[in-house]
Amino acid sequence: MKKIIALALALVMAFALACPTVFADDAVTVKAGFIFLHDENSTYDLNFINAAKEACEKLGIEYLLKTGIPEGQECYDAAAELVDEGCNFIFADSFGHEPFLIQAAKEFPEVQFCHATGTQAHTVELPNYHNAFASIYEGRFLGGVAAGLKLNEMIESGAITADQAKVGYVGAFPYAEVVSGFTSFFLGVRYICPEATMEVTFTNSWYDPTLEKEGAIKLISNGCVLISEHADSMGAPTECEANGIPFVFYNGSAADACPNTFIVASRINWAPYMEFAMNCVANGEEIPYDWTGTIATDSVMMTEVNEQAAAAGTVEKLEEVKAALASGELKVFDTATFTVNGETLTEYLADVDDMGDFVPETNVIADGYFHESEYRSAPYFDLFIDGITNIDA
Amino acid sequence: MNSKTRTPLFHVSKRGLMPWYKTWAIRGLGLLLAVIACGLITTLVTGQNPLQVYAAIFNGSFGSPRKIWVLLQNIAMLLCVSLAVTPAFRMRCWNLGGEGQALIGGLAAAACMILLPGRLPNWAVIACMCVASLAAGALWAAIPAIFKAKWNTNETLFTLMMNYVATQLVAFYCVVWESPKGSGTIGVINSKTEIGWFPQIGSYKYLLNILIVAAVCILMYVYLNYSKHGYEIAVVGESERTARYVGIKVERVIVRTMLLSGALCGLAGLLLVGSTNHTLTTTIVDGRGFTAVMVSWLAKFNPIWMILTSFLLVFLGRGAGEIATKFGLNRSFGDILTGVILFFIIGSEFFINYQIHFRKSGEREGKGSV
Repeated sequence: MKKIIALALALVMAFALACPTVFADDAVTVKAGFIFLHDENSTYDLNFINAAKEACEKLGIEYLLKTGIPEGQECYDAAAELVDEGCNFIFADSFGHEPFLIQAAKEFPEVQFCHATGTQAHTVELPNYHNAFASIYEGRFLGGVAAGLKLNEMIESGAITADQAKVGYVGAFPYAEVVSGFTSFFLGVRYICPEATMEVTFTNSWYDPTLEKEGAIKLISNGCVLISEHADSMGAPTECEANGIPFVFYNGSAADACPNTFIVASRINWAPYMEFAMNCVANGEEIPYDWTGTIATDSVMMTEVNEQAAAAGTVEKLEEVKAALASGELKVFDTATFTVNGETLTEYLADVDDMGDFVPETNVIADGYFHESEYRSAPYFDLFIDGITNIDA
Repeated sequence: MNSKTRTPLFHVSKRGLMPWYKTWAIRGLGLLLAVIACGLITTLVTGQNPLQVYAAIFNGSFGSPRKIWVLLQNIAMLLCVSLAVTPAFRMRCWNLGGEGQALIGGLAAAACMILLPGRLPNWAVIACMCVASLAAGALWAAIPAIFKAKWNTNETLFTLMMNYVATQLVAFYCVVWESPKGSGTIGVINSKTEIGWFPQIGSYKYLLNILIVAAVCILMYVYLNYSKHGYEIAVVGESERTARYVGIKVERVIVRTMLLSGALCGLAGLLLVGSTNHTLTTTIVDGRGFTAVMVSWLAKFNPIWMILTSFLLVFLGRGAGEIATKFGLNRSFGDILTGVILFFIIGSEFFINYQIHFRKSGEREGKGSV
């Protein structure tokens, strides 16, 4: 009897060992799990939620969405629960999720974890943990171009004089991602309207409708004639609409809510990255530690221009500048176009390897431009250039 | 004057004591009606099968061993804050500052974890965290308590406003200790050295929290029901004048009880930072300071019943998350169902305590004795 059992067990084991080799060529079935900080009421998360649905539906992948997951242990729990549900691809959308996602990545090495906006993948070096971002500074630059055209139109019509061409920017935190964003926006404005200056205020929150609205009021009362912003609510746009101040938005269109003042918005389209990463999982290919989408990969998108608020010829000009950016002929952070404390930059050390030490270690200027999002996906441009005033400082 | 009076359509009167089986029959009926109402709302609004929605709500808490652990952890944290505010509530002192007291306790713990390593060994850091968190929570409650005891200020408003001060302080220190620069987030504190991290019992991440809160729950029950302090709290709550008459120093009892209340909120903050999250954010307490008010009231300030009421609220909250994931509904839909269920539960408590008398036909005018 014992012999029969032993034989049976041996057969089962042999079969079990043989199976993977027999079926090794088959593609892995992907089940995706997504973790979002808020729900669709946040413009930031809505942009991710739409991309996740789009990518999964396009590839025919089963997916689960978890909304309203705070940046704490709950993120780890949510990731682990998604693994329990059979997900082998997990994506989280908020910066503060990162350490908890890494914790989950260490515990579940067979699952691939991708994190938007994070900085640590290339330093923790886990084979199943990855960061992604997009060169959104190109989109911001285009937004700046549209804003510059509007300023020129206002100057020509006599609504303002050239020295009143001051734009305002409501930022969330004085963090590299935001600094990089408003600098590229401003460089876009100056590309078209060289006299322009800019004032920046910070809310110190990613989502606070009241503070964002107050920020807009502050900038408008300081004489800013056009507003842009980087925070996740409709606080600033609604204030601009009420005051008839044109504005350039982020994350998605505000044409419905603000038909008279919304010009255009840039946004990151996360669907190409999600598709790329899920295809990697399906084909057993490696996902790089960092992935930066560009205008060329359709990761950086502009919404439709609102002709009612935009200057004449905006659509054509944006097409022209976009082509120049995509071909590499035009660089957003061309060091010839800006100065810091009156000096042109020839080298700059940035804190690309985020080890918690705040020690900048990588020279990011070469070939006459600042190499944003090339040494890691998350932005690291954290300089205040001349022409931009931080009114909170 | 016209002596004619009208009998109202109905009037409400207080009931006498009911036998226990009747009260539970009313509660059961309330719950049954709640389930039916939720089912109707679900089908009408979303077109989903209500039975599947109920199954998902149940699954959100009990679907896997991990979910049960998370459920228990969430119950423990909510119960901890609820236990903390209860002694003050028994004294009819409305401590609505649980959120801020827990947050400030968490801030103190985080400060120890960030500033002390290198100067003290790990065990001493943890000891400092415990002392600092409890003291910070107690201090946050003591300020309104002293004002109430000395100048009879309104503790409801005072404790409520202290929450916002705590939130802003935490926001400030999140910027001071931020990593990386400019991000406004602290990230996981001491992620490499794990200094100040509470020990994990075996492979169970949340067991330590659960055991600590279970012990606090039993101690609180004993303290409130079998100690001299507990008796004093009850007397002050019933009538301050009586308390004074029998020689209880009311001011002292108020301050002492609020200190205890704040210190226990500080404990919740300590566990959230030192044992669970190892980070600090302005939202780390997650509204528990306010939910605790409901937990404590629903359980009529009884620590043992509070296990059940905090289970109910956590269960419904986890269920809301699960149906959001499962059916692609917004989380707010889960909150709507929670609201409906709570409405019926509170309604059944009303019918246990009060009776409605309808006007009998032909009594429209004349009796005038109401």
